[in-house]
Amino acid sequence: MTLVGTTVQVAAAPRGPRARHLLDLRDWSASEIHALFDTTDVMAQVMERTIKKVPALQGFTVGTLFFENSTRTRLSFERAARAQSADVISFAAGASSLSKGESLRDTLLTIDAMQADLYVVRHAAAGAAHQLTNWTNAAVVNAGDGRRAHPTQALLDAYTFKTRFEGFTGFEGARLAIVGDVLHSRVARSNVELWTKLGADVVLCGPRTLLPSEFAEHPNVTLTHRVEEATEGAHAVMALRLQRERMHGALLPSLAEYRSRYQVTRASMRHARPGALVMHPGPMNRDVEIEGALADGPSSVIQAQVANGVPVRMAVLYTLLVGKR
Amino acid sequence: MSTPRAARTVIRRAHLVDARGDHGVADLYLVGGTIEGIGLGGAVDMEFDAAGALVTPAFLDLHAHLREPGGEMKEDLASGLAAAAAGGYGTVVSMANTDPVVDDPAIVAALVAKAERLGLARLRPAAALSVGLAGRQLADYAALQRAGAVMITDDGIPVVDSHLMRRACEYAAELGLVVQTHSEDPSLRQEGVMHEGSVSQRLGLPGNPAEAEAIMIFRDCEIARMTGARVHIAHVSSERGMRVIEWCKAQGAPVTCEVTPHHLTLDHGVWERFDPIFKVAPPLRAPADVAYLIDAVARGVVDAIGTDHAPHTRAEKDADVQSAPFGLPNIEVAFPLLYTRLVATGTLPLATLLELLQGGPARVMGWREPTLEVGEPADVTVLDVERAAPVDAERFASKARFSPWEGEVLRGWPTLTLVAGQVAFRRVASSPT
Repeated sequence: MTLVGTTVQVAAAPRGPRARHLLDLRDWSASEIHALFDTTDVMAQVMERTIKKVPALQGFTVGTLFFENSTRTRLSFERAARAQSADVISFAAGASSLSKGESLRDTLLTIDAMQADLYVVRHAAAGAAHQLTNWTNAAVVNAGDGRRAHPTQALLDAYTFKTRFEGFTGFEGARLAIVGDVLHSRVARSNVELWTKLGADVVLCGPRTLLPSEFAEHPNVTLTHRVEEATEGAHAVMALRLQRERMHGALLPSLAEYRSRYQVTRASMRHARPGALVMHPGPMNRDVEIEGALADGPSSVIQAQVANGVPVRMAVLYTLLVGKR
Repeated sequence: MSTPRAARTVIRRAHLVDARGDHGVADLYLVGGTIEGIGLGGAVDMEFDAAGALVTPAFLDLHAHLREPGGEMKEDLASGLAAAAAGGYGTVVSMANTDPVVDDPAIVAALVAKAERLGLARLRPAAALSVGLAGRQLADYAALQRAGAVMITDDGIPVVDSHLMRRACEYAAELGLVVQTHSEDPSLRQEGVMHEGSVSQRLGLPGNPAEAEAIMIFRDCEIARMTGARVHIAHVSSERGMRVIEWCKAQGAPVTCEVTPHHLTLDHGVWERFDPIFKVAPPLRAPADVAYLIDAVARGVVDAIGTDHAPHTRAEKDADVQSAPFGLPNIEVAFPLLYTRLVATGTLPLATLLELLQGGPARVMGWREPTLEVGEPADVTVLDVERAAPVDAERFASKARFSPWEGEVLRGWPTLTLVAGQVAFRRVASSPT
């Protein structure tokens, strides 16, 4: 893989039959993911240039379909598309036809008549991105579906670990701790899929109401209700956003109690491996799920995660649109 | 001859079967809406050849959503009762969760009158347990019964208020009405769209635990025992729920129960496809639950197969899994599906399946068991168990032309259904037979 002038040349990655889309990480092999990280390295170099634009996707159209609002994820994908000279059409469903009773299928068919080559889909219901693949020939990238999956977030988390952990030698034997509301978290589900596929161990930690016991059936995943046990020997510790509405529905007694038992702090990081990274998928409730001083501290890579979102998504778009040729 | 002779029909070479056994091959004669006898000979007005097929009393479905009034885009009496006849059913109990709700004797009377004009499967409407299905005030059971209602139920919406349930049972018991319950605890099932378990947690879909069903079944059985009312537990989906019924029956509670074709043939693994067609309430459970339900059927614990035929428009099901409605259409495939999956595989005797479609539901309602004996109503269906054909929802009589079993090759398709001696359904040559 080399950079020639302002164009990007990337060898076609080995691809499984179902890797035409990025719906979740089950359909992507470890070698496909490593190839994607290699492409991300190239894209990251593009983003360090003065002119942060290459013509790699010129002539392609990327449609962003956000049935659920998420400005930062949509901006990250649109930046990734435009940095490769793709055209972007955007659809935000909140104010549009869905509220008029149109079916998901009819909405997609209407947009599909505009002939995008790839759709980036965010939806509040799990499986929506899977469903759309039944109705379009375009590639589909899942930008978050309910509690189900958020594969590009997991990819940028793992890529951040790979590039920022001092002395990184591989994912085999690495230990990721995820602390917080696992039940409602698509980020947790996708990170479990990705990191275990790459050979890492994952420890999930949270109160029992937010940590379904079924996760223990997943290979290389362990559960704990104590943060110090979760961080013990961890190479990376990820705090999950705690939605304030979890106080309703009897899932938690109070924010104060959650904070006292599950906040990731500088003290809880003392059990982790030296050089362990602190991560957060954002948006962050400072001093709720994570101590503010820790989020701002030297072990935090939270800003790097956001920055890496663009090259990771550039690599995803590139792989799906050009890599298939 | 001064009076016209009643119309006479013969079904030749009929292999006569019912829940009591195999009665051999004979020519079955029907006259004026009743069964005349076998091998009688003489002139006939209509003649059918059933060579190689089974001839048996038409089935009874105690649980179908025919959507009229108000839901005619999904189904109406004409399409729903035609679909029932195409499934071999001669009698259908329609649910009351329509718009307006069937809580008014005038609506019951109108439904009965319209169904009689249609001349398809017989309609026996259920009426609402509470006014508007709102769970607050008892409907006028006596007036509803006089108008033709045979069952009391808020099906589709669990009766949350236990006191209301008790009083409904007391009042219905006095009138001899069966109370059917959709037993799920709404506060425990929450927003669940599928069975809570390993698949729901992995797929990130909100789960509905089996305990939500078991808890409410226990309450409803206790109220049945307390009041002496005939309570019929609809669509039992889980091992926990079925075990509660077994225990309560052993305690002497006057309860009966039904299972559906989908809970006997599908499990939560289908959700890997994220297809809202599989969204039903109660949900498709784990494989162990399916196995337990089949075992309960084999052991005689289950009283009836109820289809819970619940048609929706394709557009309604082309939604995301959270906003799509609950329910699937199945009345046209129920017999071939269960025959192929359970009888042809040797899991269940044919007599057991027929019992759950004929005598079982009749006894739940306190009706005469349907048989082929002389003088009984000429409600019969002809089942082609020799030729296999795939499910082709495009050919459904139901307006809901989609199926969880689309393309599955089945045997046992009904080819002819007579109700009161009249043709309610006849499969045309190009149809799957």
